[in-house]
Amino acid sequence: MRVLETGNHLVALAVRAAGVEVVPAYPITPQTQVIEKVAELIAGGHMDAEYIPVESEHSACAALIAASLTGARAFSATSAHGLAYMHEMVHFAAGIRAPVVMANINRALGPGWNIWCDHQDSISQRDTGWLQIYVASHQEVIDSVIQGFKITENWSVMLPLMVNLDAFVLSHTYTDAEVPEIEEVREFLPPYKPRWKLDPRFPVTHGSVVYPDDFSETRQSMQIGQNNARRVIKEVCRDYAEVFGRWHGDMVEEYLIDDAEIAIVAMGTLASESRVVVDVLRQEGLRVGLFRIRFFRPFPIEEIRSLGERVKSILVIDRNYSYGMEGAVFTELKGALYGFSNVPVRNLIVGLGGRDVSYELIADMTRKAISGELGEITWGDSRITPSHRVTLECLEEFKKLLG
Amino acid sequence: MVTLKSLPEEELFLAGSTACHGCPSSLALRIAFKALGSNMVLIVVASCTSVLQGSYPLSAINVPLLNIAFAAGGAGASGAVAGFKALKKRGEIEEEPTVVMWGGDGGTYDIGIQSLSGAAERETNFIYFCYNNEMYSNTGTQRSGATPLGAWTTTTPAGKHQHRKDIAQIMIAHRIPYVATVSLAYPLDFYQKMQKAKSIVGTKYIELLAPCPPGWKFPSSKTIEVSRLAVQSGMWLLYEHENGETRFTAATKKIIEGKVKKRPVKEYLEMQGRFRPVLEKPEGKEAEDLLEKEVTESIRRLKGWVPEYI
Repeated sequence: MRVLETGNHLVALAVRAAGVEVVPAYPITPQTQVIEKVAELIAGGHMDAEYIPVESEHSACAALIAASLTGARAFSATSAHGLAYMHEMVHFAAGIRAPVVMANINRALGPGWNIWCDHQDSISQRDTGWLQIYVASHQEVIDSVIQGFKITENWSVMLPLMVNLDAFVLSHTYTDAEVPEIEEVREFLPPYKPRWKLDPRFPVTHGSVVYPDDFSETRQSMQIGQNNARRVIKEVCRDYAEVFGRWHGDMVEEYLIDDAEIAIVAMGTLASESRVVVDVLRQEGLRVGLFRIRFFRPFPIEEIRSLGERVKSILVIDRNYSYGMEGAVFTELKGALYGFSNVPVRNLIVGLGGRDVSYELIADMTRKAISGELGEITWGDSRITPSHRVTLECLEEFKKLLG
Repeated sequence: MVTLKSLPEEELFLAGSTACHGCPSSLALRIAFKALGSNMVLIVVASCTSVLQGSYPLSAINVPLLNIAFAAGGAGASGAVAGFKALKKRGEIEEEPTVVMWGGDGGTYDIGIQSLSGAAERETNFIYFCYNNEMYSNTGTQRSGATPLGAWTTTTPAGKHQHRKDIAQIMIAHRIPYVATVSLAYPLDFYQKMQKAKSIVGTKYIELLAPCPPGWKFPSSKTIEVSRLAVQSGMWLLYEHENGETRFTAATKKIIEGKVKKRPVKEYLEMQGRFRPVLEKPEGKEAEDLLEKEVTESIRRLKGWVPEYI
């Protein structure tokens, strides 16, 4: 089915195609259209699922977990403060091994209030045990939701999965996209059959007290699930391409990397922007390639080590910041390279709180990285002045500004 | 007529529980299981009941159980109810199991009130069971919104200065079909209210006063006696609220009808060590009077829902 829709509505259509049975959700900008569309599809008799209009995100994630543990396929969507508010349950979902999928519309965390795109929300959930996909196009939104269920419900994974899409850039813009037919998806993704569930015929206690004698094992088993996911992701993406004819990469997506001297590493729609940068700079004779991290968890360690062997330098774009350190992807990438490659890596921080990032800006920074002019960490689009800083001197400066 | 001897013999609360001696939650689980039968699912929020199940890989609870976060009781139940509805539609199960959420007063009065309120407003079909031991017993007896005035806890070392809230009345204000209070000293009244709750569609709220021997400082053999005196003194009123009307039950009914004389609150307070610090002080009498006044007010408020008193 060919449709012209917003990224948010495409999430809802993908959720229907995936045969989701329970959707607990709480509204937050810029996610609202996802759940409005789901509610509309159900009310109109176009989708057979239970919609739970919960009273908070903490409850949304709790209901998501419980619904999944009965054996039903469950989905939710959130963003930014909503994701932060459900943080306890985000850990819980992974710890109790609930194979759920949640769309997160990437938005900045306040204060100050900001409804626009950056990746601070989902990066802050890095260590919860969830798998994380960052998508770069409308079509990839649909395909990732369907792939997501196939990956998370795999017996060797059983960890929840977060599909991250950039606020407004994807969530609110319209593009034509292909939504697969429900019957076609059912064959690829049959109804969920759990190996354990809340079943009165076979009573089991879930999430009981675990003493120090057993706790490490439960956590190591989560890491084994993450490791297994690397293989499962590759299989699922390959099978998906065979059935539906669409490929967005698996763990990563490469563009003109093989003969590149410098690789731009990015996630989400800034990777789409960087693709344009590659084309522009190649016209100037610069050998630039794009390495898009599609799965941030599990982290593409092997792929990055292979990248380190092939290029002479790397520019990592982060749409987030780990305060007291640097961009999170920058840190992780260097960690993966440690002991394998000494290739110089630079960090570009741009697009926080939805600031528009032009391909010209990324191209300019890439040229500087090639010529060695770029510092280790560059806040590429920040216009900070003394009045932004929190010091007594700056307070005086601020007072002067006020007159 | 239901008698203690006619209760089902099947025990779904098995041996091996790690509860304290005289624990009211484990006694209540036994009665509740007998009333509800095995086609049920238990959701448990962080509380003593998370701990008394036993620890991994053993469990004393022979019904499927999901332990969920402290604030998430109503929401966890909502997800389970929706999940079973979906399974029934899919043809996986014939009958949806009864979903019961089990939590303490902390998980109900304080951190869990939002989740409970949301589930009730959505008319979720489940039983919310609060075993109210009037403090955070599991974390070592700290004050909660259910702690009565004057009671010692580790965070009210001089006795609590505020009244407890009346959450059953808050639940009645949600217009749910069934609200009831129960006591371990009146097990048949308890059993029948659980059975009735099971037969009603919608949100059912049941609250047990759960005297906690280590927290309230009384011998672990006295749980039932303290439960009984709580009812006889009016500090715990037994009633059920259905279709917009309240009906007093068991000993409370007899007290209200004048058939039995209400015992003074003082007797109930003196049975427990937690009121000793305040009773020993000059303001002890004042606390006692305030609690007597609280009882009178609670009865008056409840009578406003009873047709024969309106």
